[in-house]
Amino acid sequence: MDDFLPQLLQQLFNGLSLGAIYALIAIGYTMVYGIIGMINFAHGDIYMIGAYVGLVTLSAIGTQGGVPIWLVIGLMLVVAAIITGVYGFVVEQVAYKPVRNSPRLVALISAIGMSIFLQNWVALGQGARDMAVPSLLPGALQFGGADGGFEIFIPYTRIMIIVVAVVLMVALTLYIRHSRMGRASRACAQDMHMANLLGINTHRVISFTFILGAVLAAVGGVLIALAVGKLNPFIGFLAGIKAFTAAVLGGIGSIPGAMLGGVLLGVAETLAAAYISSEYKDIVAFTLLVLILLVRPTGLLGKPEVEKV
Amino acid sequence: MQKPFHLSVLIAALGLCAAGVVSTAQAQNIRIGMVIPTTGALTQYGDMVKEGASTAVETINAAGGVQGKKIELVTVDDACEPKQGPVAANRVVNAKIGYVIGPVCSGAAIAAAPIYNNEGVVVVTPSATSPALTDGKNFHYIFRTIGRDDQQGPSAAKFIIDKAKPKKVAVVHDKQSYGQGIATSVRDTLQKAGINVALFEGINAGDSDYSAVITKLKSNGVDFVYYGGYHPEMGLLLRQAAEQGLKVRMMGPEGVGNPEVNAIAGNAVEGMLVTLPADFASNPKNAAVVKAFQDKKRSPSGAFQLTSYAAVQALTESIKAVGDNPAKVAEHLHKASFDTVLGNVGWNKQGDLKAFDFQVFEWHKDGSKTAAVK
Repeated sequence: MDDFLPQLLQQLFNGLSLGAIYALIAIGYTMVYGIIGMINFAHGDIYMIGAYVGLVTLSAIGTQGGVPIWLVIGLMLVVAAIITGVYGFVVEQVAYKPVRNSPRLVALISAIGMSIFLQNWVALGQGARDMAVPSLLPGALQFGGADGGFEIFIPYTRIMIIVVAVVLMVALTLYIRHSRMGRASRACAQDMHMANLLGINTHRVISFTFILGAVLAAVGGVLIALAVGKLNPFIGFLAGIKAFTAAVLGGIGSIPGAMLGGVLLGVAETLAAAYISSEYKDIVAFTLLVLILLVRPTGLLGKPEVEKV
Repeated sequence: MQKPFHLSVLIAALGLCAAGVVSTAQAQNIRIGMVIPTTGALTQYGDMVKEGASTAVETINAAGGVQGKKIELVTVDDACEPKQGPVAANRVVNAKIGYVIGPVCSGAAIAAAPIYNNEGVVVVTPSATSPALTDGKNFHYIFRTIGRDDQQGPSAAKFIIDKAKPKKVAVVHDKQSYGQGIATSVRDTLQKAGINVALFEGINAGDSDYSAVITKLKSNGVDFVYYGGYHPEMGLLLRQAAEQGLKVRMMGPEGVGNPEVNAIAGNAVEGMLVTLPADFASNPKNAAVVKAFQDKKRSPSGAFQLTSYAAVQALTESIKAVGDNPAKVAEHLHKASFDTVLGNVGWNKQGDLKAFDFQVFEWHKDGSKTAAVK
């Protein structure tokens, strides 16, 4: 088949853009786990809230007002990031901080409760039905297809997803590595108690982690809303499960692991849909997860947990 | 806990039969339960049914009601979810309501039907099209005022074979009882006619990214796609197909024929084909009914408004004929035929319409639809 290569490239690209979104959400899971060892099950809903805030911002600006498209998208991203960041902060204060010293299961239940609350909060405020997002960046780059062969289409919205995701991940990595707050986070991840003794304000670090995770999820939400064009208050659940899987796949607690896991999961799902059947894509993706965890129980880039004495 | 609960309901129902004469004589209104989704992604279908049933009830009440009593609609939400269907049914039964318009969606209707049937509640669904609702169940109390998927599927397939004449067809569905059922029926009819169905595949309803499937359709050189499912996924398929430059015609059952599909797909919706119940609103006989809708600022031309109107008509006609007694009403529905907005309708033994007319419409980007020619 002559068209095999271009088709494969198209599918890889599809998978990459899907994986970039998974990765953006997965970072939030992995950072929170890395620092307080808890799975924040409301994180998928934070992503949903980001998407909604983006849509509301878009409706407020309007698409006919003559505002340049890049500015509209930029504003959507910034407003969503700020408001969702506040949500992330409040969620932590309300649902997790009071139970921080309780057994882990308590925080887990609290997180599930928060997730249900957020879904219904948005369903009440915005309606439970699907909301449509107008396409702001129609069109695509096209390659090949000159002699009747398969033509590769790279939609601009998907390019935007990948570019924004890569820029954010690089920025995050640099920030964690070189900034004061980043150093403090790493210290907390290693040993919260010791970090506290050494004068690090661990409460601030934890708040900061939740806010940063929420901001990244919000960006993911806005991007996917723009690319896909459909929103409802329940999208966070599935996205959250997938992103959590990506985080575990890459090694939960490891930020580069979350990125790698997201991309791997996106590509695996897409290729399974392409070459096996889309009915089985989730089966393939989760089989992959099980296999990798059998060989490497800590995930691809995860470090084996050292028992703290 | 399941068993004692059911028992208690049964005992309550038996008690009700004994006290029935007294309580109905005292009741001011005849209550009809309207089991529709008022929450969830498929709320619009609930709105369509609500518009149709409310208009019918208001018209009947304005003309003096039934046997001097007013009809009262009681809304019960089942969110179109199979797991909510039985919950809604129990609420209807506990409220001692004898008649139901709905459930709207096949999945929820199938889950709830045994409860209604056992408790003797007459159910007329204006929109659940799955054959599994009635086939082989020997229900006595379940009816519908809409055609079945195996009537709708072949009429879609017939259009594809005779008019659209595509080279290579793909049939995609959402793996749910409604979508997959109708898609299977379309595929089988096409294959019998010797049409090449290159791809038959399920997608996950609720996913947001179908680009992998789109690329696959494109790789297969498909020029016609039939999608069995509801409008949110259809909208995304249309939009993402346009993004990838996949030039195909897409067709779906009445579940995709919803104004929301325009909002999701944007201009990509132009030319989408939909099988819908025939356009009863354009029938001159229904001019007065159409006017009643317009006076209330409602649209009679959605998928389920007039089927709901007809459901209320058939129920109230029967109550007029045999009295406010669900068992007798069910008996009457099986025997008699009724002049409704859908024309003259009658039911077979298992509660399916004896005949039902589906037509193919072409959808446009301004939200209008026209009869499809090719």
